[in-house]
Amino acid sequence: MTHNARIEIATRSSRVFLVFAFAAIIAAVFLPAFVSRGIIKDMFAILTLLALAQCWNLLAGYGGLVSVGQQAFVGLGAYTLFAVVGLYGFDPLLSILMGGVVALLFAIPFAFFLFRLDGAYFAIGSWVLAEVARLSVAQWKAVGGGTGTSLPRDTVRSMPGTDWVRALFDVSGSAARDIILYWIALILAVALMTAIYVLMRRRIGLGLTAVKDNAEAARSVGINASAIKWMTYLISAFGAGMVGALIFLQTARISPGAAFSVTDWTAFVIFVVVIGGIGTLEGPILGVIVFFVLQNFLADFGSWYLVALGAAGIVVMIFAPQGLWGLLRDRLGLTLFPLRRRVIFTSERTDL
Amino acid sequence: MIGIDTIIQGVLLGGLYALFASGLSLIFGIMRLVNLAHGDLIVFAGYLILVGVSVFGLNPFLSALIAAPLMFGVGWVLQLAVLNRVLGHNILPPLLVTFGLSVILQNLLLETFSADSQRIPVGVLETASVDIGVTSLGLLPLLTFGSAIAVILILNWIFYRTALGRAFRAVSDDPTTASLMGIKPNRIFALATGLALVIVTIAALYLGMRANFDPTTGPARLLYAFEAVIIGGLGNLWGTLIGGMIIGVSQTVGAALNPEWQILAGHVAFLIVLLIRPRGLMPKQ
Repeated sequence: MTHNARIEIATRSSRVFLVFAFAAIIAAVFLPAFVSRGIIKDMFAILTLLALAQCWNLLAGYGGLVSVGQQAFVGLGAYTLFAVVGLYGFDPLLSILMGGVVALLFAIPFAFFLFRLDGAYFAIGSWVLAEVARLSVAQWKAVGGGTGTSLPRDTVRSMPGTDWVRALFDVSGSAARDIILYWIALILAVALMTAIYVLMRRRIGLGLTAVKDNAEAARSVGINASAIKWMTYLISAFGAGMVGALIFLQTARISPGAAFSVTDWTAFVIFVVVIGGIGTLEGPILGVIVFFVLQNFLADFGSWYLVALGAAGIVVMIFAPQGLWGLLRDRLGLTLFPLRRRVIFTSERTDL
Repeated sequence: MIGIDTIIQGVLLGGLYALFASGLSLIFGIMRLVNLAHGDLIVFAGYLILVGVSVFGLNPFLSALIAAPLMFGVGWVLQLAVLNRVLGHNILPPLLVTFGLSVILQNLLLETFSADSQRIPVGVLETASVDIGVTSLGLLPLLTFGSAIAVILILNWIFYRTALGRAFRAVSDDPTTASLMGIKPNRIFALATGLALVIVTIAALYLGMRANFDPTTGPARLLYAFEAVIIGGLGNLWGTLIGGMIIGVSQTVGAALNPEWQILAGHVAFLIVLLIRPRGLMPKQ
């Protein structure tokens, strides 16, 4: 008796969600026509945080490489943008890509050091490297040394597409710039998530999961564990570098303390991923939403907000290590970005 | 100018870093837990001592003596209530929980004591020095270094000569088998963390008397401690002292060349050692 079977990854909920996601992206593109400048700025912050969270999630959640040093790449990307735009007058939008490339180039020697450190020590080692990057950049007088610098006013003003957006939405020059940067953040976040999802669905994603679960066993079945670790680390550095460049193009003002801030670019990101659900693509989305809701409610409480966030992270890690998305998934049986391979039998087995 | 003086200052500073590192090393050695809140716990203990000194008018050493059992209690409760729940093969939960703890501590201190930098006043000890011919040594750095050696001697004695040390080594090797022999691993872990926080208090005393601190200075102490442990080789406390001295000398030499290079020079020295000897200078066999 023979059985016909096929391997399937998609689920019914994921097919419905795909349609919904396309609609949401289209809606997000046209959002600036309907909402105020303040909301566009909030959305920019949400999307950039989401992009950083997905980078860290790829590294820690899928790759098992718990880094506390992603601020190194945010800072390096941002400073690259300030250097090439401010000192050499490059096109700001193209410079965002350069921010990612430079972060990637720095990630190569970083990885060489860090992969000598095991598990938990990798975390602190990555922090040391981020500090080295911060202290070194603070010595770079051309970009303002320890006190930092601002982008030249006219380069910010003459960003490509500004006039077109001004005419289209009938807004001021600075509002038009916010809209352009929002669109770039949207493109970055969607592109990063798509890239990570495609990657995880392929053979290499399966290899990544295998390496995280048991590196020895993965090697024994022919998976190149070291190549996979390198790839994860470099991709997340590239992503964080571009996001860093974008964030500081928006603020137009940089200092080593702000660009290499462990709180802003790593602590928040870690809490977003952990609270939302580490090791899933859905988790960081949920985490970012929770993060901004909390931030709006607790904005008046200053640093108590961070105390609450830290406590929430600890409680989730102890009592629901799969995060809020893990709880929801178990209750509702939903998967929006399925990765699990299931065998579908197309003819009934009769011998059981 | 780099003279013998700069080197000696660096070596003595290494004693302080070895004190930072011993607590970290103790916790890691026994339960494979890397405590990312270690630096913030040092700063927290510093404020505790400061309260004794500035509010109750105690001598700094007496204040630390009172703070030590309190910190032991903090460690005991922290381990039983939180950290024991996340120990295991997965390194992610303990890292994230201690990172959360670090953020909580920093911001609680910020709310309580403000961002102003503080110092534990020590009176004459601050300027007292001993003349040794080639240079004169500050009494406080000497005392720090001597305390580091004393802490390492006592820790090694506890580890290899006492029943508690035997229990530490047993749960470190194999908690399951140890529990068959009547040892309760969770209790032993709580004792270890308590003991580590007593060392943290000693470190905090010398940190606070030597330099200014504020709620955000914890992470940098964690990094120095970590570097000392890695340079020395895991599980070797004398190696950790050497590691601390290497960081200390690099920092004082860096600072002598250019004050802005002080911290950077220490980190660079760490990276060079990591490049040449990935398992540290004195790895345990």
